[in-house]
Amino acid sequence: MVSISEHILLKSDGWRATFTSWLQLSPIISILGFFLVLPIVAIVAVSFWASTEYSYHPAFIFENYGYLLSSKVTYSVYLKTFMFTGITWFFTLIIGFTVAYFLAFHVRTLPMQIALFLVCTIPFWTSNIIRMISWIPFLGRNGIANDTLISLGWIDQPLEWLLFSDFAVILAFVHLFTLFMIVPIFNTMMRIDHSLIEAARDAGASGLQILTNVIIPLSKPGIMIGSIFVVTLVMGDFITVRFMSGGQSASVGRIISNEIGLLQYPAASASAVVLLLTVLIMISVMMRFVDIRKEL
Amino acid sequence: MRGELTLSDISKRFGDAVAVSHFSEHFEAGQYICLLGPSGCGKSTTLRMIAGHESVSHGDITLEGKSITRLRPAQRGTAMMFQSYALFPHLNVLENVAFSLKMKGVDATTRERRARELLELVHMDEFTSRLPDQLSGGQQQRVALARSLITEPSVLLLDEPLSALDPFLRIRMRAELSRLQRELGITFIHVTHSQDEAMALSDRIVLMNNAVIEQAGTPMEVFNKPKTEFVARFMGGHNVIKAEGQAFAIRTDRTRVDRVKPGIQGLVSNVEFLGRSVDISLDCSGTELVASMSDEMFYGNTLSEGETVNVHWLPSDLQPLVPAAHEETPSAGSKQ
Repeated sequence: MVSISEHILLKSDGWRATFTSWLQLSPIISILGFFLVLPIVAIVAVSFWASTEYSYHPAFIFENYGYLLSSKVTYSVYLKTFMFTGITWFFTLIIGFTVAYFLAFHVRTLPMQIALFLVCTIPFWTSNIIRMISWIPFLGRNGIANDTLISLGWIDQPLEWLLFSDFAVILAFVHLFTLFMIVPIFNTMMRIDHSLIEAARDAGASGLQILTNVIIPLSKPGIMIGSIFVVTLVMGDFITVRFMSGGQSASVGRIISNEIGLLQYPAASASAVVLLLTVLIMISVMMRFVDIRKEL
Repeated sequence: MRGELTLSDISKRFGDAVAVSHFSEHFEAGQYICLLGPSGCGKSTTLRMIAGHESVSHGDITLEGKSITRLRPAQRGTAMMFQSYALFPHLNVLENVAFSLKMKGVDATTRERRARELLELVHMDEFTSRLPDQLSGGQQQRVALARSLITEPSVLLLDEPLSALDPFLRIRMRAELSRLQRELGITFIHVTHSQDEAMALSDRIVLMNNAVIEQAGTPMEVFNKPKTEFVARFMGGHNVIKAEGQAFAIRTDRTRVDRVKPGIQGLVSNVEFLGRSVDISLDCSGTELVASMSDEMFYGNTLSEGETVNVHWLPSDLQPLVPAAHEETPSAGSKQ
């Protein structure tokens, strides 16, 4: 009898514990459910709807996906977007790693590190549209860059590819997103015990060997988090590409934005779902290489 | 001789702060040396200067007759074992130990063989594929030892190697360090703030305070013949008494108390039972003295707090002290 009553007691206790846990989880669940899960479910649902030029209505058809995946335009736009992503990732990584390395290992005092770190964030005090537009007088046909190069006698003709080109798009991306690389890399580097570097030097490692054998391997989680930021931001961007290419380059984000402009919500939803899956696949591949859990 | 190290008039300044001032010592080859002192006394800085991780402001360091003052750490023939062991967290035990050979470009099979040999020496050959996180403190220390020994140094520098271990393990690793030093026959320089550790391990103790050497010598010399009040107090087991402007040290176990024999009057203020001995604190008209006696002696004639007794000693047990060696500006660096 005793054992049975104990059993019941335990069970009711367990149930109460479970209920309490769920209750504690409910705020985050409701926020994520409302702001993340619900919108995605809505987009997925709408992506199966039917549409004409002037209307759309609930249905369950695969036409949107069929059209999207059979169009050559889709593939060439994805290719272009991958190219933007790849090149931007490369340059933000190089610049971000270098800046973070300088801040973490060459700046000696913490106040100075904080001050210089804040300097890095100054561009973020204005909106990203303003930051992009401010490139236009600099890069334009009669902009500061061309004027300077001509007056230096390095070129005779203004360089046409400086503005409204893929070059300009990538330049703006790198300018906008390098900080997203600097922050996580700096963060991991600050956690590297300086005695590890002394131990490496004691073992005869040169500066370059310390970099490749100690600092880069230990900075990998930060590099990966920064890479995820940059990749997702560039993959989903539409405004930078539109402004900086002068409307001449396409990206997946721009396709979606155009479709929304034409009120083709089912088609835009299908594009969004495909983009979401693409980015998720890219991130899961990246996570394969580095374990970022201990950074979080 | 291999591992013969001389430090001539070494000084280290950090801005205005003096961390080490006029440090001169000659270390015979193959000795176990302890740099002892309270935190911030400059012992770690001295070690780091020998290792080459800290530049020398003034003076010269020679190893086996050649100056190493300006050489890079790896060129000196020294190896350092760091306080927190500084094992590379992303490399396994074998890779950690083989690290310096990899940096030198030694081929993979050779460096693996060498690393295994050293891991055998420290009894860690079963753990080659573990990561440092998966090892206990004592195991990490063995790996760190193997890693520093793989360069075949003639001087091994140990920065508070036992401070991160629990007391039991500390005593075991202490014996292990001593065995290893005898087996290898190289010079060990061990920084510690524990006088027990220094007494148990070293052939020679260099006791530092306020950036200078307070006293150097064998453990017996330093313990039995303390030169200054600081040495007597730091090494422990001594009373310091002052008479006619002269300070003396006397070992607490040579300080006797008696109810009958004449001596200085003292009030028993505290009795501490320490197992093998009993410490009796005495208040002798303002001067605090401690008399240490065997438990047998104590129980033969039990004293209790509040009792008045006579304190006496043999004049030959009095050790005259000189004022602190060199009074200099104390170091501002309070690095552990």
